[in-house]
Amino acid sequence: MKPIESFEVPLPPKVNYINAQYGLKSWLLTKDHKRIALLYLGSITFFFFIGGIYALMIRLELLTPQGDFLQSTTYNKVFTQHGIIMIFFFLIPSIPATLGNFLVPMMIGAKDLAFPRINLLSWYIYLLGGVVTIYALLAGGVDTGWTFYTPFSTTFSNSYVVATGLGIFINGFSSILTGLNFVVTIHTMRAPGMTWFRMPLFLWSLYATSMIMILGTPVIAITILLLAFERLARVGIFDPALGGDPVLFQHLFWFYSHPAVYIMILPSMGVISELIANFSRKNIFGYSFVAFSSIAIAVFGFLVWGHHLFVTSQSVYAGMIFSFLSFAVAIPSAIKVFNWTATLYKSSISYDTPMLYALGFIGLFTVGGMTGLFLASLALDVHLSDTYFVVAHFHYIMVGGALMGYLGGLHYWWPKISGRMYPEGWGRFSALVIFVGFNLTFLPQFVAGYLGMPRRYHAYPPEFQVFNVLSSAGASILGFGMLIPAIYFVWSMRYGRHAEPNPWHLPGLEWRTSSPPPTENFEVTPVVTWDAYEFAPREETEVVGKFRPELDRI
Amino acid sequence: MASHATTAPETHGHPALQHHFENMEQQREAGTLGMWVFLVTEIMFFGGMFLAYTLYRSLYPAAFASASNHLDITLGAVNTGVLILSSFTMAMAVYFTQVGKHRPQVLCLIMTLVLGLTFLGIKAKEYSDKYHDHLIPGRLIPGNPFNPVVAEHGDTDPHKLHLLEGATKEKVEMFYWIYFAMTGMHALHMIIGAGLLTYLIIFSLKLRFDPEYHSPVEVIGLYWHFVDIVWIFLFPLLYLLGRHLEHG
Amino acid sequence: MSEHIVPVRVYITIFAVLLVGTALTVWAAFQDFPWQLNTIVAMTIAITKATFVVLYFMHVRYSARLIWVILAAALFWMGILFALTFSDYWTRNWISIGY
Repeated sequence: MKPIESFEVPLPPKVNYINAQYGLKSWLLTKDHKRIALLYLGSITFFFFIGGIYALMIRLELLTPQGDFLQSTTYNKVFTQHGIIMIFFFLIPSIPATLGNFLVPMMIGAKDLAFPRINLLSWYIYLLGGVVTIYALLAGGVDTGWTFYTPFSTTFSNSYVVATGLGIFINGFSSILTGLNFVVTIHTMRAPGMTWFRMPLFLWSLYATSMIMILGTPVIAITILLLAFERLARVGIFDPALGGDPVLFQHLFWFYSHPAVYIMILPSMGVISELIANFSRKNIFGYSFVAFSSIAIAVFGFLVWGHHLFVTSQSVYAGMIFSFLSFAVAIPSAIKVFNWTATLYKSSISYDTPMLYALGFIGLFTVGGMTGLFLASLALDVHLSDTYFVVAHFHYIMVGGALMGYLGGLHYWWPKISGRMYPEGWGRFSALVIFVGFNLTFLPQFVAGYLGMPRRYHAYPPEFQVFNVLSSAGASILGFGMLIPAIYFVWSMRYGRHAEPNPWHLPGLEWRTSSPPPTENFEVTPVVTWDAYEFAPREETEVVGKFRPELDRI
Repeated sequence: MASHATTAPETHGHPALQHHFENMEQQREAGTLGMWVFLVTEIMFFGGMFLAYTLYRSLYPAAFASASNHLDITLGAVNTGVLILSSFTMAMAVYFTQVGKHRPQVLCLIMTLVLGLTFLGIKAKEYSDKYHDHLIPGRLIPGNPFNPVVAEHGDTDPHKLHLLEGATKEKVEMFYWIYFAMTGMHALHMIIGAGLLTYLIIFSLKLRFDPEYHSPVEVIGLYWHFVDIVWIFLFPLLYLLGRHLEHG
Repeated sequence: MSEHIVPVRVYITIFAVLLVGTALTVWAAFQDFPWQLNTIVAMTIAITKATFVVLYFMHVRYSARLIWVILAAALFWMGILFALTFSDYWTRNWISIGY
């Protein structure tokens, strides 16, 4: 087996995908998956900040027990819009549309995705959905909760339900087209020698994510349309006046929205597999277990949606089935955590920024996942439902899990994407600030929720104030922590140290082309004869792991 | 289904070969697979409405039967025949493209489009009948809310609603809500299909397709057949469910 | 080109079968079968017609295994939607605790 250093690496070319063509039109009409990834990166960062502003307003209001900063109706709109923007316009597209679009063709040795024009179309559809939703927010907002439960959303709410629903509906097509592109690309465009089991685990998790996007998103699409139709006709299938059942809406809504949370976490888990293996210089422990667990999460994730309906008129017997299945879906996630941990054992860990995010993910995702089991127990859920325990649970997974993976992946692949290194010292510092701020924000919410503080209330009994003050303090630290990478990534594009093709010295296919890559990714289509995480023998690894002069500069 | 790279010069020969594919075979496989994956999303999309239909039909069988009997079975059956014929002409269009017979190919595409538009025309007639009988659900049409005239026992006026034992007007309205949602969504897909067929006809006249490259014809054909299949299920579920109770 | 060309006579046969199936389902709708047989007959005919369209008009009979798997997956997932939703509605009456 050849040591990593000796393969042929092209000299950094003068022409790469960023400077190959100049002008706004060359970016807005591009078919290059790498440019489309950057277009997405800009837009989802924009939406993240909007969602963050709503979060700021929530935490400001909740500093005091009285509802003094916002009126209750306004507060309803603020948490609704925080949820809608963060889920549909940030979390769901985040890793697939940025890192996925950039890396899928490179990791399989292809020149582009199967359908480049559909890729660009998916970005424009994303923007259109965003514009419609922002219009709805500016025109007056929506106050139903991101869950749009009937009959409030169909009959009694006086807010912009149909407009917001339309924005989400349009955005769903963007998700579907991205998933479709990935599935077809992975099936038909792998380079010679790139078998399924030589693929990096990031691709397995994106494939599983795409399965969910394809199978689940259409159901929320039709559900939103049925909701809009009912609102326009003033009666409908969720209306008891016609013999309808409002809980049917919840069935249809959660059939997608539960698998949607796996859309949000699976890509992040894929990133973590890459980070753990690569930054501990060791082949992932149990590759096929991790690969198949991604598929298992995608499949099992569709079987558990009724756990959101435990406190409705849903049958107790159905509740028991869903509860059992919800426990079962934790198993593949646990398999991943065990395999990551086993990979770390006796490995050569380098604590670069991406690795810090990966280690943070493992801890925080475990907490989030275990608290999910509390909620999966029927009896406990009766007590914990609609409390801050639920809010803390999903933020541990979405922020402590999904966002950490996204940030870790962004740092890891930043040299490949931009051709520059981010400042490592600031990277480690902000990772720690984010970790501390995050835990301070959400750990108190577990306690508050368990003690009975309800969610979606702008005013609360005074005994919960101490937890809310801690949480808001944590939120300001978290916000500050997240501003730092925003600044230094932009800074690095102009002033960062130029990155060589393989700054981390890794065997992945994406590191065997220049940083940034040329438009067609590879000079010659590679023929793959090695596994995804083949590292040099241990003695060499220890040398490489300990002495990295190029990373000493901050 | 594995991809295969070649460096043979003739793979860059066909003008329709896109730069990121190695050869026409890979491009065709990707296109067909892509359309099938899209059809999966369509199956799940319609599936949500089929779920609502199944649930409420099981809960309100008499009302659903009464409402269904009021639909025009002749128009529905004719429309079913029209769509099946259009699927046949679409399949023949693909065949003629595969064997390079250009005139019959274009003729079959035109016939498919005409049949599709016929279907939509008959649907429009049905919808206008519902409008006149005040069967549009809720207050969708501001001046014409849901308010059918219920026939007395023995009255055989076809414009009046004949309620079976156990049926109520509200549950009949539920049926019509679902009827309009499902057939409306189906009709929307037909309109999109008509647009796609128009594109195919125009590009066929420009001689863009040949036995080597005709992926768009095949792939739009798959879409068209899918829309036909949805109707194959809609027809018995919406039009035929209560006929055996009509004379009972 | 590995593309399979289906002979015209197959298309004509399937077309005829579909028309016969339509006539059959209309006739069967007016017969008063016992129990739920009307629905079962109608659905069987519809599924058969759909199967012929899928296998022959949509060429699945001559397509790669992957296409079969994808189609089966879609039907299976629709099955999940139906089965688990009905696991709620059909068992609500099993226990009466006041609603």
